[in-house]
Amino acid sequence: MKKTALSLSVLAALALGSASAQTTVKIATLSPLSGGQSDLGLQIRNGAQLAVNEYKAQFQRLGMNLQLVAYDDQADPATGTAQARKIASDRAILAVVGTLNSGVAIPSSQALASSRVAMVSPANTANQVTDRGLSNMNRIVARDDAQGPAGANFITGNLKAKKVYILNDKTAYGEGLAKEVEKALKAKGTQVVGNEGTEEKSDFSSIVAKIRLQKPDAIYFGGIYNQVGVFIKQLRENGITTPVVGGDGLDSSELATIAGKGASNIYFTTVAAPIEALPAAKTFAANFQKTFNDGAQGFGAFGYDAAKVVLQGILKAAQANGNKAPSRQQVEAAIRKGSFTGLLSGNVSFNSVGDRKAATLYVMNVEGGKYKLATSVPVRPVRQ
Amino acid sequence: MDLATLLPFVVNVIVGGLVLGFVYAIIALGYTMVYGVLQLINFAHSEVFVTGAVVGFEVFRVLTPSPMNGYLKLGVALLAAMVVSGLLNVLIERLAYRPLRNAPKLVPLITAIGVSLILQDTLRVIEGFQGRFDLTYTLPDGFSNKFCAAESSCAGLGNALRTVGVDLQLKDVILIAVSLLSLAVLNYLVSRTRLGKAIRAVAQDRVTSGLMGIDANRMISATFLIGGALGGISGVLFGVKFGTVNAYSGFDPGIIAFTAAVLGGIGSIPGAVLGGLLLGVIQNLIGVSNIFGSLLGIANLEAIDASYQRIGAFLVLVLILIFKPTGLLGKSNVEKV
Repeated sequence: MKKTALSLSVLAALALGSASAQTTVKIATLSPLSGGQSDLGLQIRNGAQLAVNEYKAQFQRLGMNLQLVAYDDQADPATGTAQARKIASDRAILAVVGTLNSGVAIPSSQALASSRVAMVSPANTANQVTDRGLSNMNRIVARDDAQGPAGANFITGNLKAKKVYILNDKTAYGEGLAKEVEKALKAKGTQVVGNEGTEEKSDFSSIVAKIRLQKPDAIYFGGIYNQVGVFIKQLRENGITTPVVGGDGLDSSELATIAGKGASNIYFTTVAAPIEALPAAKTFAANFQKTFNDGAQGFGAFGYDAAKVVLQGILKAAQANGNKAPSRQQVEAAIRKGSFTGLLSGNVSFNSVGDRKAATLYVMNVEGGKYKLATSVPVRPVRQ
Repeated sequence: MDLATLLPFVVNVIVGGLVLGFVYAIIALGYTMVYGVLQLINFAHSEVFVTGAVVGFEVFRVLTPSPMNGYLKLGVALLAAMVVSGLLNVLIERLAYRPLRNAPKLVPLITAIGVSLILQDTLRVIEGFQGRFDLTYTLPDGFSNKFCAAESSCAGLGNALRTVGVDLQLKDVILIAVSLLSLAVLNYLVSRTRLGKAIRAVAQDRVTSGLMGIDANRMISATFLIGGALGGISGVLFGVKFGTVNAYSGFDPGIIAFTAAVLGGIGSIPGAVLGGLLLGVIQNLIGVSNIFGSLLGIANLEAIDASYQRIGAFLVLVLILIFKPTGLLGKSNVEKV
């Protein structure tokens, strides 16, 4: 009896030994998985998960066991930074897909910089995200100084507005965007009748009263859907049908749900293309629906794309490393210098600070609760 | 900008503030009643309020397909929220405050904050399991319509309001009506019934009232039940007014209502109402002060925009604590030797 137990344990040890010949390689996602913005954060995680599923076999052939670990930043800078430190301490994690919020990306990429963990952001648009010139921070979406002017162009060009009321949510994201829009509008000679911030989440009565008094032709709100949705609902209930324009923070199907009957005459610029606007996205959308029992939205596609950049980067670094698991530093360099193909949003290569050399912005329109593409704008960062 | 356009604007801002103030007032009553009896600030009250809002959301969600009358749906929502929030508040008192009744005053204050955090996450888990976070109220048709939209359907007061440019929605009118009704009932309960007399006796002196045969524990439970039910009502009203709530929505209105209770004089029922209404109006006036700044050409005023609304409430709190610590209608507590 004792003998069999012994031989069993030897067998088990052998089996474990052969398994550990496989090196475990992990990539992480960092996005809000709980809280008011989890709708967007889960899309990013699920998109990345699909990319990992796709590349698993390819890593297996090189003797690497690929895994995705999802971290929850709750859309909060402090939580995100704490999670980034956890990521840094797990040596098997080679790169990160994240985050959703610029305010979270800025401190967490800083926390990851010293341990050389590369980040590829599927969503951050604030200029400072890459302006700091960190070697680990990259993004596949357009910057605020592209998104702001695009929104302003739409307001003056398509909506023909002469008077604009600007609001922001007092976060790095909303304030940055509102500032860019104001700058671009003023440069065109459009009258900006107000630019104010509010952290209010439920009662917009004083702002609505001011808008009614000022009678702007368009309202720009740099904020996130769960706040802007409530604002639009109250605006429409008070009989104000002025078009509301915003940035990619409005890009969620929840916006129409919250705004309810008021979900009309809303426009937003977004870096995440509507799935229908990406020619290659059909199979992706079907796959997403099948795997997660949930429709893919723009940020799902961008989470997928960012993960693909990360995974192709790791494979390139592994190749240069004699087909062995590469170091974090090698991955970081491979991502910044590489060019990546086969993505839903076209090919990606980064400039010296991690901005995409060419990107596209989309303007979406919400009418009667339905989302449709209004127009798309190609943008290039100032630095190449 | 001439007076003819400015006047309706000012009137509307004040009326909007009053509507908001009624929500604060009813929440503030929950704080003030418990404080009046136990000298305890029940910081979990903001979560009791959110629980009411969540219950209201669930009732409206379930009843949406039914052809039931809109007012009846509101009645069911209010009743359900009163019962759930009231019982929850009694339970909180029984489990978290009663065992600590003789502990130093700081201790129940800390458990109150603990209870509030537990309730927040419990609510989030309950709704999160069903894939919801921001709970969007589906209101009966007509609630969001303008009150007195057509001249023919307006008479008396409605018409008078319309002429001065007051712009109300039906749900604002409902909110004010429900608030006034709850106030009247509460006032009757506290000042005219045996239960109210007993509660007031316990508030005045727990030991002596015990000697007179009043069961203090039962009266304290009753106070928590009434306070919780008021929290439930205000939760539903808040949901109806603003359309969405989530598990964390309680913090802001809770803290403002607490300020309102202190402003009015904590422990005083008319004080809580006065404080709530004042804060609602002050908040809305601060929110629009930049408009006056730009109209009158005062640069300093122009810089005060909607983001200062909250700070305004706390500024008032600080001023009150400095100059009249007992609040506007509060009586000073003379230490007897």
